Amino acid sequence: MGKAELPLHAPGTKLDRGYIGQSVPRPNAQRLLQGRGSYVDDLRFPRLAHVVFYRSPHAHAKIKRLDFSKGLKSEGVIAILDGRAVAEYCTPWVGVLAHLKGIKSPPQHAIAIERACWQGEAVAAVVAETRAQAEDALGLIEAEWEELPAVIDMQESLEGKKIIHKEFADNICFSRQHDTGGVDEAFAAADVVVEETFEFGRHTGVCLEGRAILADYNAAEHSLTVYHSTQAPHMMQDIFSRHLGIPEASVRVIARDVGGSFGIKVHVYPDEMATAALSVMLRRPVKFVADRLESFATDIHAREHKVKIKMAVSRTGEILAFDLDDLSAIGPYSVYPRTSGIEGNQVVNLTGGPYKHRKYRAKLNVVFTNKNVTCQYRAVGHPIAVALTEGIVDKAAAKLGMDPAEFRRKNLIPDDAYPYTFPSGIKFERLSHHQTLNKLLDLMSYKKLREEQEVLRKQNIFRGIGLAAMIEVTNPSPAFYGVGGARISAQDGATLRLEPTGMVTVMCSVTEQGQGTEGIFAQIAASAVGVSMDKVRVITGDTGVTPYGGGTWASRGAGIGGEAVLLAGRALRSNMLEIASKILNLEKETLDIGNNAIIGKLTQEKKMPLEELGRVAYFRPDTLPMDFQAELTVTRHYTPRQYGFTFTNGIQASLVEVDPDTGFVKLLKHWCVEDSGTVINPMLVDEQLRGGVVQGIGAALFEECLYSPEGQLLNGSMADYLVPMSGEMPDIICAHVETPTLQSQLGAKGVGEAGTAGAPGAVMNAINDALAPLNARVTAMPFTPERILRALAKA
Amino acid sequence: MEHAYDITLTVNGTTVSRRVPARLHLVDFLREDLELTGSHAGCEHGVCGACTVRVNGEIVRGCLMLAVQANGCRVDTIEGLSDSKELAGLQKAFHQKNALQCGFCTPGMLMAAQDLLLKGKKVSREEIRTHISGNYCRCTGYQAIVDAIEEVVNGKG
Repeated sequence: MGKAELPLHAPGTKLDRGYIGQSVPRPNAQRLLQGRGSYVDDLRFPRLAHVVFYRSPHAHAKIKRLDFSKGLKSEGVIAILDGRAVAEYCTPWVGVLAHLKGIKSPPQHAIAIERACWQGEAVAAVVAETRAQAEDALGLIEAEWEELPAVIDMQESLEGKKIIHKEFADNICFSRQHDTGGVDEAFAAADVVVEETFEFGRHTGVCLEGRAILADYNAAEHSLTVYHSTQAPHMMQDIFSRHLGIPEASVRVIARDVGGSFGIKVHVYPDEMATAALSVMLRRPVKFVADRLESFATDIHAREHKVKIKMAVSRTGEILAFDLDDLSAIGPYSVYPRTSGIEGNQVVNLTGGPYKHRKYRAKLNVVFTNKNVTCQYRAVGHPIAVALTEGIVDKAAAKLGMDPAEFRRKNLIPDDAYPYTFPSGIKFERLSHHQTLNKLLDLMSYKKLREEQEVLRKQNIFRGIGLAAMIEVTNPSPAFYGVGGARISAQDGATLRLEPTGMVTVMCSVTEQGQGTEGIFAQIAASAVGVSMDKVRVITGDTGVTPYGGGTWASRGAGIGGEAVLLAGRALRSNMLEIASKILNLEKETLDIGNNAIIGKLTQEKKMPLEELGRVAYFRPDTLPMDFQAELTVTRHYTPRQYGFTFTNGIQASLVEVDPDTGFVKLLKHWCVEDSGTVINPMLVDEQLRGGVVQGIGAALFEECLYSPEGQLLNGSMADYLVPMSGEMPDIICAHVETPTLQSQLGAKGVGEAGTAGAPGAVMNAINDALAPLNARVTAMPFTPERILRALAKA
Repeated sequence: MEHAYDITLTVNGTTVSRRVPARLHLVDFLREDLELTGSHAGCEHGVCGACTVRVNGEIVRGCLMLAVQANGCRVDTIEGLSDSKELAGLQKAFHQKNALQCGFCTPGMLMAAQDLLLKGKKVSREEIRTHISGNYCRCTGYQAIVDAIEEVVNGKG
């Protein structure tokens, strides 16, 4: 179905067709362009206190003694508190979910009591009148430690000779096995078996704005207002309420401008919980802003995996089976409330995802270590599943002497096979692998690039082309978290109100982190009601104002929040027409809304401006029929339920040049063809895809949180931990196939994580394609010049 | 206050005098003392570029300069250059091309871009990428930013 046929476009009005699919600039970007945003650290409060944390210098150690006496005498210090003192006000938590069978984790406190389990875990809080004073006092804290044996390596953790948590018999947080049956038989019958072990470096989100929270407790009301750089205000409202003992309705969480999140800001962090508890204890506003070292040491990390993958293939290039063994390390605690089992679980669910084999076996072990915790970061599990799958697919194609694009074409699930149940148990509503593949090959002039590659190889210029097909989880239903007992909303709501002047105010529970949520909600609302976009104002990120909902994560904002806005917009339009029919004494069915006015449906003739409708409804309802009440505020909610997830698909390609003398990889170009259903704003979608691709390139080439064998983080600054900067990044060409989901009227699927999911696999395959004539191959991300040179030396 | 000094400087065209500790960074002085919160502290060691401001016409890292070093200087921030409309062309192009998402890097990015614009030369995309390679953006793929700067600097559109 093309854009013009979407059910959103009610007949008869030009404006109604107007904004969906249009690249309109986002209205809320204006304030950010002038430096007039309001991020948490920009807010000003009377009696504001600043908290900093004394953090463990050891990976695993018993806290024998903490002496605050010198610090307490330091200028400006208000309080210095340890874990026990804070625990009086904040109860501990356990990061497990019922549907991840057998997952375990010990109770975790806001501030560690007795024992620190990773370098960087907070063991004391220092509160002072200024941040500088608090940091001065930090240096005066005296601590005595007894170092405990630390488990840093994940294989060592799995073996379990040293146990991290005494209450458990092993170091395994979560394990899962999946088997369709018939895998051994498929491998026995295969003409070709390919096998590889891939390693993925632990990395992190590096949001430019560090985690930030300002908690303001009002002792007179026993109420708490939290200004929080978060993706999920309602989830945090519930958590502050339950762990601090404040009634839910008395906790208000406000997320104004958020300086990047990418999954980093959707978890419960001990230092943030401590900040809220300190506000209650001290009865004044308290602020915590993570500095860059704290961000590297304590923002969730992700993706530390070592995976052995085997694939069985027939002589003619037909994939028969996958066999997977994934080992992943998550730090000492499973993160609350989403758990740290989801990433590995996703790898099991998604590996092999685009292909039509029927036999699949997987083994997953998720183990504790004494490093910082890991949890869900943009594209959760996808970059690993895609790289594994696409890496082994390329290896098989090479072994069979087949072109990688043709090998994929042979094995991709046909576009007419839907609905389809994949061997891991996940269900696809409708995907378009073959359309996206064809579009990509055209877009990049694949054949011409291959010819050029051949010519250049003869001149000792080593270029590589890498493809990565993928599927992606978006618009999750309650199957993701809710069924496991987490109080994380899978539904979202939107309230639309017609103001007396004919303006429309939208309040929605999905939040804005820069991806353009508020912009697309304005597009949808304007289209659904029949007004121009300049008449729409959007409010998000305030539990005291918006309907209840999940917020922003798992590529759900447009598909779920957007649908709620659409449904509310249509309901408001209907109510407005009803009022107009009473005022004008005309049948409702003969009226419509367009050009910010009530118009005749057939004639398009203007009957009444919307401000006149607003004036009568709000100020002269005495002129309306006695039994009629105008309703100009409506709320609608939406939950995806027919499928556990609304899967999307896409394919990326990377073109690189590898210098065999230096090991440097030059990114020449990158292509991305994505099917995310209805595209609401192509300009926003494309740059979000590109941003995701660049984040994936970071994982493939630069980014890794390095730890010493003793568990010391070695690269806690942006000078040492490399991120992609503009100079090294290629131009990225985006294109779309649109297969709207039929579960909603809007038809939008998610797109926020697609770039990050596919790019590492595409870049890896491109590098290995470039290295192929040199008989070298790399399989451990990030592909640093050193690793490439080592691979070449071995060749 | 330990090692405090009196400083007088011109910020966005207005003369200000304050007594500041020697260790206070320029960006903290602007944000905390003058409440000009448009300049952001991203990494506090000179890598990310979010704190980029203009001192005596040159762009500098606000986290690598002390407030006392700005004594007697002319300092321009995103707030001043927005109000004076000096950045209006770049801001419009950034808006039209969606060359920002979360906006945290944007004030610094605009400062760096304006610095290139003031050189008054046509530039290649490669040169634009190099010029802003000291400004970290985690949200965009940098491409829309390069597009927007290219349009303004090379006078297209």
